[in-house]
Amino acid sequence: MNLFASAIDWILDPANYVGLNAIPLRIGQHLVFSLVTLVFASAIAIPLGYLIGHTGRGRGLAVTTSGGLRAIPTLGLLTLVALWVGIGVVAPYVALTVLAIPPILAGAYTGFEAIDRRTIDAARAVGMSELQIVRKVELPLGLPLLIGGLRSATLQVIATATLAAYVADLGLGRYLFSGLKTRDYAEMLGGSILVILLALALEGIFALIQRFVVPRGVSGRLGTAPKLRTGGPAAAR
Amino acid sequence: MIEFRSVSKRFPDGTLAVEDFSLVLPSHKTTVLVGSSGSGKTTLLRMINRMVDPTSGSVEIDGEDIATLPPVKLRRGIGYVMQNSGLLPHRTVLDNVATVPLLRGTPKRQARADALAMLDTVGLDRALADRYPSQLSGGQQQRVGVARGLAVNPNILLMDEPFGAVDPIVRAELQQELVRLQKELDKTVVFVTHDIEEAFLLGDQIVILRDGGRIAQVGSPAELLANPADDFVASFVGADRGRRALHVERHGNEDVVVDSDGRLAGVLKPESAR
Ligand SMILES: Nc1ncnc2c1ncn2[C@@H]1O[C@H](COP(=O)(O)OP(=O)(O)OP(=O)(O)O)[C@@H](O)[C@H]1O
Ligand SMILES: [Mg+2]
Repeated sequence: MNLFASAIDWILDPANYVGLNAIPLRIGQHLVFSLVTLVFASAIAIPLGYLIGHTGRGRGLAVTTSGGLRAIPTLGLLTLVALWVGIGVVAPYVALTVLAIPPILAGAYTGFEAIDRRTIDAARAVGMSELQIVRKVELPLGLPLLIGGLRSATLQVIATATLAAYVADLGLGRYLFSGLKTRDYAEMLGGSILVILLALALEGIFALIQRFVVPRGVSGRLGTAPKLRTGGPAAAR
Repeated sequence: MIEFRSVSKRFPDGTLAVEDFSLVLPSHKTTVLVGSSGSGKTTLLRMINRMVDPTSGSVEIDGEDIATLPPVKLRRGIGYVMQNSGLLPHRTVLDNVATVPLLRGTPKRQARADALAMLDTVGLDRALADRYPSQLSGGQQQRVGVARGLAVNPNILLMDEPFGAVDPIVRAELQQELVRLQKELDKTVVFVTHDIEEAFLLGDQIVILRDGGRIAQVGSPAELLANPADDFVASFVGADRGRRALHVERHGNEDVVVDSDGRLAGVLKPESAR
């Protein structure tokens, strides 16, 4: 309890709000770093996931590769890339992008796969081109699962981005590594608490987003065909 | 006019769904394909809008081999009503009906106005226009499906067991509605069902199918009842039993008609009484 109180004191200490090690600056770095990582990972994983989901091909390969990527210890990969390209921000970007790809990829293709095949067949039968099927049917109906994938990727990246400080002067992880070195446990714990708060805040934001991207008319049940319901509760409008 | 010329379809897994099928479907008439489950009805229907391409043989519309037409364009010109309505769950009733006109480049306002008018045509309350498919009953969904099929004013309307999933009362209602619509709109309709009563009610030409899309007999309802080609057709159309196998009994001065179960079907009136 004593340690916890001193960690709170550390967070509130005005001395920690000035200079190059200021808390807001570190939070900003942490967020920007995570965001850029997620954008990289999305740029790779979303188109690939959509391709797999739409064509139904390459799923086995995607599952195996994702499993392989997940199994790579991020700290090990980070060290490896850092040894290769040197100390700096490149290594953490690479390592964390690799970490973020599997959940986003899975979100993208499971989002497409969860859609009732008959809905897609009907869209094709009335004369939608393949691109129109993706844009007008699969994308909106698959969005909730994609956001779910982005959500878990974001949590993992925010938490693991502390490792970036291992090889670069970057993010909230600095407090953990420097606290560890100087045995300043208040600083370490304070830094951890900040990471946790950041993760919780983003989690809340995603929970909100996820409620809004469920297409109207689907009323929370993902990709199900219209049920023959009589007098059920009207879908949220 | 739609013409099948020696069409066969073998699916990649080896199933021979249709074998050497040839048939002419006259314009402005309703042709009903009827047969038991797995006899190839859906496969035949989907060859008309190229959702299935034949393995051999050809399908022609007004003398043009459709294999030479781009499938997307072809499909936008053909109405298709599916068994499960096939509506897009994330679009309102109105947007579902307007889907194909919008794909064809009709201006949005126009498409929506037309779609509203189409709801009237199929007997749907305009108040349902902003609902989502999941908020409709099965019968209402089927009507929306029909409205969507008619929205581009196609010459050809394909209907695959469109009333299969609704209860008998709604079903009868929808059938009557279709009879009325067809009088009004005069489309070339291809209708799939395994209900012979429905086939008799709606069809000008009825095609009775055996397995593998082999034709057992083609004809008008009267021809099929009067001259079934074989026992298979006779038992399919029920010419040999129940309320289709009628005979006359004399009661006093009147001739009454009785079915094979002995139930009274009606009174026989002389031609002059019509
Ligand atoms: N995509 C496919 N791949 C392999 N076989 C198929 C495919 N589609 C249909 N078949 C097979 O082709 C045959 C005819 O199928 P089809 O769907 O045309 O029958 P149907 O007459 O419409 O039956 P139902 O009344 O049950 O709808 C069946 O044996 C079916 O299993
Ligand atoms: Mg069928």
